[in-house]
Amino acid sequence: MTILIFTLILLVGSYGAGLLGSLTGLGGGFIIIPLVTLLLNVDIHYAIGASLVSVIATSSGSAAAFVKEGITNMRLGMFLEIATTAGAMCGAIVAVYIPTNYIAVLFGLILIASAIVSLQKKVINVEHTKSVLAEKLKLNSSYPGPNGPIEYTVTRVGGGFVMMIFAGLISGLLGIGSGALKVIAMDNIMRIPFKVSTTTSNFMIGVTASASAVVYLQRGYISPGVSMPVVIGVLAGAFTGSKILVNSSSSKWLRLIFALVISVLALQMIYHGMTGKI
Amino acid sequence: MNHELTLTNKKMKIFKDRDMQQLLGHVLRTGTMVSITVVFIGGAFFIYRHGQSIPDYHKWNGIPNFIRTASGIFHGIGALKGQAMIQLGIVLLIATPILRIVFSTIGFVLEKDYMYIGISLLVLGIIFFSMLSGHAG
Repeated sequence: MTILIFTLILLVGSYGAGLLGSLTGLGGGFIIIPLVTLLLNVDIHYAIGASLVSVIATSSGSAAAFVKEGITNMRLGMFLEIATTAGAMCGAIVAVYIPTNYIAVLFGLILIASAIVSLQKKVINVEHTKSVLAEKLKLNSSYPGPNGPIEYTVTRVGGGFVMMIFAGLISGLLGIGSGALKVIAMDNIMRIPFKVSTTTSNFMIGVTASASAVVYLQRGYISPGVSMPVVIGVLAGAFTGSKILVNSSSSKWLRLIFALVISVLALQMIYHGMTGKI
Repeated sequence: MNHELTLTNKKMKIFKDRDMQQLLGHVLRTGTMVSITVVFIGGAFFIYRHGQSIPDYHKWNGIPNFIRTASGIFHGIGALKGQAMIQLGIVLLIATPILRIVFSTIGFVLEKDYMYIGISLLVLGIIFFSMLSGHAG
């Protein structure tokens, strides 16, 4: 296989990953790492580096649109970025000392957890409970709805913060956006409306990934030859995905198929990790 | 009168937050577009020069020496090396969200939101520290 063919396969695969990741809201990093390691036999270090770069590209690209619409909660994002960047830094530093087969197994487990989260029903939380910390940090806000702004409050700030440290750690260790963990922190713990939590999570993913990318860049994880087709492919796929309107019934099927696909990939990563093939 | 004052204050604050949202949107979009264009051009040069070589990513052995440092990357670009251009694009891409934090900090300064100036600076500090720790490793 020549570099030309290798690049073309990666471009097409990454395009598909970006498209699926955008349609399901889970991001492309998930599919990129198994695709690159299992299918193209690339070392997992390069796969993590390339995935991380593609995560930054999609996050920045789509956050640009969301932040302009005023749905993203900038203060909440900034506050929680303390947790995610600190976690990501630790993850990236520790990753060097962890054997790659452990990383592969951990990746598989997180993948399965995310598949489950993606299948969960989304509830629209609009809570009005008082939290002193949320008020002090000016986290309560509103987002544009069909009939004017919808006010919401944020609860259990501490719990959400701790979960974000974990999300950052996983992101730094595995080179993914860990959007699913961020959504758990904001939806299930902090009780933020789904629309706000997904856009704010997306907003934070880029900064989180950058905090570990600066470590990986210097350690030689980010190879231009692998990253170039992955970034271009994922970004193009995500862009296409954002232009496609998915109605709710097909979106349910899409999520189910996606969850199945990533579960199969997850089991393969775990198997390869345990048998020491990665 | 007092009531009116708080009302205009509130309006001004919303206006400023809106401004910041527009600004951050621009920063993110421009950053992504510029860096992906650089990666794309670099990719074209890389394929043109090395398209027929055999890829060697099976074993992890870091990245070529000439793209390990900033000066190496710029020398490489001068010599029209595709990998150096791609790496510059990737560095710009990584810098984009960090630049977004810098602009948020400026926005909070304009809003005189001292708590969030501190929080943004803390996030920048963590990323900076992360950069240093990567260098030491």
